[in-house]
Amino acid sequence: MANSTTAPGAATAAAFDRRDFDWYVDKAVQAIVFVCGISAIIFVLGIFVFVTKEGLGFIVNHMNFHEFFLTPYWSPSDADDPEYGILALMAGTASVTGLAMLVAIPFSLGAAIYIAEFASGKTRETLKVLVELLAAIPSVVWGFIGLVIMNPLIIKWFDVPVGLCVLNAGIILGLMAAPIMTSIAEDALKAVPDRYREAAEAMGATRWQVTYKVVLPAAKNGLLGGVLLGVGRGFGETMAVLMATGHAVNIPNSIFDSVRALTATIAAELGETVVGGEHYQALFTIGILLFLVTFVVNLSADLIVRGIRKG
Amino acid sequence: MFQASALNKRNESVQKLYRMLFGMMTLMLIAPVLLILGTLIAKGGGAISWEFLFTAPTDGMRSGGVLPALLGTVWLVMVALMLSVPIGVCAAIYLSEYAGDNWFTRTINLAIINLAGVPSIVHALFGLGAFVIFFGFGTSILAASLTLAVMTMPVVIVATRESLQAVPQAFREACWNMGATRWQTIRRVVLPNAITGILTGVILEVSRTAGETAPIMFTGAVFFTPFLPESVMDQTMALSLHLFVAATQVPGIADEVPFGIALVLIGLVLTMNSASIAFRMWLRGKKKW
Repeated sequence: MANSTTAPGAATAAAFDRRDFDWYVDKAVQAIVFVCGISAIIFVLGIFVFVTKEGLGFIVNHMNFHEFFLTPYWSPSDADDPEYGILALMAGTASVTGLAMLVAIPFSLGAAIYIAEFASGKTRETLKVLVELLAAIPSVVWGFIGLVIMNPLIIKWFDVPVGLCVLNAGIILGLMAAPIMTSIAEDALKAVPDRYREAAEAMGATRWQVTYKVVLPAAKNGLLGGVLLGVGRGFGETMAVLMATGHAVNIPNSIFDSVRALTATIAAELGETVVGGEHYQALFTIGILLFLVTFVVNLSADLIVRGIRKG
Repeated sequence: MFQASALNKRNESVQKLYRMLFGMMTLMLIAPVLLILGTLIAKGGGAISWEFLFTAPTDGMRSGGVLPALLGTVWLVMVALMLSVPIGVCAAIYLSEYAGDNWFTRTINLAIINLAGVPSIVHALFGLGAFVIFFGFGTSILAASLTLAVMTMPVVIVATRESLQAVPQAFREACWNMGATRWQTIRRVVLPNAITGILTGVILEVSRTAGETAPIMFTGAVFFTPFLPESVMDQTMALSLHLFVAATQVPGIADEVPFGIALVLIGLVLTMNSASIAFRMWLRGKKKW
């Protein structure tokens, strides 16, 4: 019995051995798409490796942690005694991003709630399309708007000599980040199952009660993740803050002070530096810092959003 | 029989109040931007003409048209797409059709989020360090397009993955049962059903790529060149950088020139995006499952 089954079994296996041309094509494709699949990981690692490679010389040879992080003097082109303190640049980035979020977070959450929970039919579709189109306006156009439209308006309304300041860049960045945050927040609200809403409505709750007591708590993590992604976007924005902040190294005392952001400093100065020089390496060191901060922000956003899916 | 109690009425008015509040917030988010766009059109509309689109800048960029910048952007976008679309689509096929639900896939997804979230200026530093210097492409269309491709690839991956996952699993199972291999199933059944969705993503990527400024500043785009690009190793002007230069670096430029450039750029980007949205809606109406 045992012997008799082995022979036909082997024959059947041979008959069903479909390792023909198509089988090899299948395996080859699988290998190709796998390589492409991991390309995102390779690129992120590549970004870290290459930016670090160019900036490492500064960290090893010139950087004084105390001077770099805690002094506000950034004058890298001083021939005798160049100074590399990024405190003022960090203050610039923080003030502009902070103000932008103050503008963008409440408005985009409000808009997301309106679009997802209150609006219906044509209104909702139109609003969604509008928000998507607003999110597509390039950052250099936003910078241009800050420069030629917001700047004279701020000078006129607040009677200040210069309109390129924290307020200008904050509003521009807020308007820029809001559509993105609205889309993400709306997705988070949509991810709450309809049966939650139906159950609450069956108990006689109004739309607002359903939203406030049921939908918002259920979508909490997704909303927080969306806010974090928005913060990351604002923090890393380059062209708009380069053009709208006034680009003056300065720790701001009021929202009408000109400041300079970390990203804008790289964009404005990299072109003038000598490849491999101290200044060049210092700018790459700022790049490493930007990479690490956005990495942490994106990672936490991802972990928070994932927390909701498990729960 | 069911009379509204005082509580019902109060709830109802609270509900109305919040509805209005959030409606106002939505309006205040959208209205200023529409107002700004209106201003741009009012101030730049006069500059737009066939001549503006198809002549080179003259008089030290103070007047004339945008042809070299427009052509440069077309070159940059085309070369970037040739690199990012095949890799992005394959990556999405891997994620949708092959990858399991495990830590490895989560790592890839995290990498995609990061690729989209890393500041554009850091991408510029990467492009300079990797493509311009390390691989020796110099400041060229090739180096700039590679940088743009890496940066905007998540757009294609996410859109493609979504449209692949929208193809019902039953379609695949039916095909496997006929003895088809995984790849035969993907090529004959999954991709044909998802191709329009993938195209939507590609159009979106064109718009993203065309608007980026920081990543190309040090990798291939220059402030001014009298030459039109002829190969991928040339430097080029680009519309986005041209707007930055015209707005900040050229004293005595005619007022309407930068407004005109901004309008051309916005027009290009919004047209692409509207096309992508219209395509998606048409697709949704057509879907039979």
